[in-house]
Amino acid sequence: MDLSAFLKAGELAPLGESMPRWRPGLGAARHSEVFASGREASGAAAALALALDETAGRLDERSVLWVQDAAALKLGGRPYRPGLPEQLRHRLIHVVAKKAEDLLFALEEGLRCRDFAFVIGELAGNPKALDLTSSRRLGLDTERYGVPLMIVRLDAGRDLSSARMRWQVRSAPSAASRWNAFAPGAPAWHAELFRARTHAPGEWILRDDGHGLAADRLAATQRTEPPDHGDLAVAAGSRSLAAG
Amino acid sequence: MAIWLSRLAVDRWRLVEACKPGEGADAEPTVLISETAHGPRIEAANDAGLAAGARPGMRLADARALCPGLKTAPSDPPGDRAFLETLALWAQQWGPWSALDEPDGLLVDVSAVAHLFGGEARLLADAQAAFVRRGLTARLAIAPTAGAAWALAHFGPERAILDPPRDGEGDHAEHGGGGLPHTPRLAESPLRQPCGLPPPRPGEDMLADLPVAALRLGDDELTVLRRLGLKRIGQLGEIGRDALHRRFRSRSPEANPLLRLDQLLGRVAEPLLPVVATPDPLVQRRLMEPIRHRQLLDQVLADLAADMARELESKARGARRLELGLWRVDGEVIVRSLEFAGATRDPAHIARLFAGKLDDVDAGFGIELLRLRAPWTEALALAQGDFERRQSEGTSLAECIDRLTVRLGEKAVRRPVIHASHIPERAQRWQAPLASEPASQGQLAFHQRPLKLLDRAEQIAVLYATPDGFPQRFRWRGQVHDVARVEGPERIAPEWWREKSTTRLRDYYRIEDDEGRRYWIYRHGLAGDGRGGAPDWFLQGLCA
Repeated sequence: MDLSAFLKAGELAPLGESMPRWRPGLGAARHSEVFASGREASGAAAALALALDETAGRLDERSVLWVQDAAALKLGGRPYRPGLPEQLRHRLIHVVAKKAEDLLFALEEGLRCRDFAFVIGELAGNPKALDLTSSRRLGLDTERYGVPLMIVRLDAGRDLSSARMRWQVRSAPSAASRWNAFAPGAPAWHAELFRARTHAPGEWILRDDGHGLAADRLAATQRTEPPDHGDLAVAAGSRSLAAG
Repeated sequence: MAIWLSRLAVDRWRLVEACKPGEGADAEPTVLISETAHGPRIEAANDAGLAAGARPGMRLADARALCPGLKTAPSDPPGDRAFLETLALWAQQWGPWSALDEPDGLLVDVSAVAHLFGGEARLLADAQAAFVRRGLTARLAIAPTAGAAWALAHFGPERAILDPPRDGEGDHAEHGGGGLPHTPRLAESPLRQPCGLPPPRPGEDMLADLPVAALRLGDDELTVLRRLGLKRIGQLGEIGRDALHRRFRSRSPEANPLLRLDQLLGRVAEPLLPVVATPDPLVQRRLMEPIRHRQLLDQVLADLAADMARELESKARGARRLELGLWRVDGEVIVRSLEFAGATRDPAHIARLFAGKLDDVDAGFGIELLRLRAPWTEALALAQGDFERRQSEGTSLAECIDRLTVRLGEKAVRRPVIHASHIPERAQRWQAPLASEPASQGQLAFHQRPLKLLDRAEQIAVLYATPDGFPQRFRWRGQVHDVARVEGPERIAPEWWREKSTTRLRDYYRIEDDEGRRYWIYRHGLAGDGRGGAPDWFLQGLCA
């Protein structure tokens, strides 16, 4: 593989400041992770929205692979076709993996297939099988075969990963409904980009504005809490490993 | 040549039981039964059973009243049919074409074949002997038309032969003294001349004495004919075509005696659907030295897959199912089968998928023969290899799904499809990923559905204004949610045509709590609907 296309670690730190902030339609990240609570469907919904944003503009009729492990299935249920985004309803192929190893195998096979528009993996907790090595393996596959990968992590700690963009997502109050003031409207999600290779971190309210993904940036809140030295491995996940 | 296997079901049962007629299990009165809405019904009975009074079509309870010691065995119509198909292929030793005559007959085309056996009588004797050797009761007949052969096999004398007409002989027969009782009437019939029908043929007298049931008619038509007093085929000719035509207007031959009569006499063509054997593509490797090691097995398997790919390519077909048989030195056979999502003949793909299934093979003292068979193939046109295709371009969808199903199982890889039902959990079904989608109605756009549906709706404790107010606060999985916004109720009534009358309706609410989390919950029933106590609440879906 041609490594010269990638930036060196030393070039990244100043780049993070100079690079444009993330905005919808940039389509940069092939391998992303979305952390979310298992009590809501915001993780999968935001992952779908981000993946669709990634492949927007291309008229794509290829299938979509959605892999769930048994724990995620129990926690959040299965995809329900009438509730899926309109353009995905007839394209979804769903895989249930009993163990995390099977899930990783299914993701890898999905990434190697040229007939998938993107691949979504949904797993609960921090299984041992999903370590930095397997994460890097998936990342290399996405770059080699060009199929975007979104991993939804339900109730998971921010462990080591080689994902290019890592999001923390939770539900946000929805927009006003068009017809009924008391009804929930179009869904919105609060998304925090806490680690990205080429973008500065930030927080957004993501929503679907009818044409595609729209993001309203929230003003950067000043972090005043002291650094957490408790669990170094976990804390490393929220820092940029490469840029140091 | 028509072959009637008059006791097919019983003969087959006896062959399965491996006993000779009248011995062993066959010595006791036994009936083959099928389950019907009114209890078990007798489909066939063996000789002892018939002697004891059991008749096909009887209820088992009635037969038990006659003979309390009646033994039963389940009848197997699909098995009988499959057996009949193999028999049809086997019967092609007497003629180039054979056709099924369901449920228990065969038709073999023996035109210009009989001289190879030394005449038609010898041909029949040969066939009869062959069926006796197989332990099957058969009645045989040869006639110029399939209909006549069928009639003679069922109702004619043993091994009847109806000679075909020779040129010019028909005219003599028409005016011959020993002709048929009905032929002059037929010949004088006004319908007959304008149509240019051929004159009646010799041998029709043999057919004329047969009962009308020999015309292969349905039960209703036979009843009508019996009420009209028409019992023999010859009597049909006596009353004239137009009289029969007025009563039987159906265009299907089973319901029209005139059509059947014409088929019997060869005035109307009766095409038969021949049974043609299509041998499954099969490749095998005999090994000089039995193999015991996995590496060698993989090598032989790759060779076999390449052979199979060539074999399939020569027929422009692709395999959907493959069966690999491994013969061990000690005679054990290990069988592994594989099913593909789409037709394929890619040897690397085949070898790779089989490799995953060979991990638990016990080679014992070695494997000496490998055989790969493709029982299910589909047409797959020859395609030109892609010149610029690189390794990095990835697999096709069908290949990917094959790999997933081989490791994760058939049930793990599926696609959601719409099913016609109001009940949300029934409105979606799962099917194989590459199967075509069933036709469905358009979905109503104003119904908002959740992104994910729990496999089982979970019960929640809800604070709401009884009897049917909005939910205000609920507890789910040990946490309390305050409802901020709510839409509903959307009432979904139970499907009364498939559920018990005590099933309660559901009032669905789409809610959002104070943190913005959106759920789909429902109240199961109404207070005071007489179908249980206070209604329960359930959380069924998680909205986007």
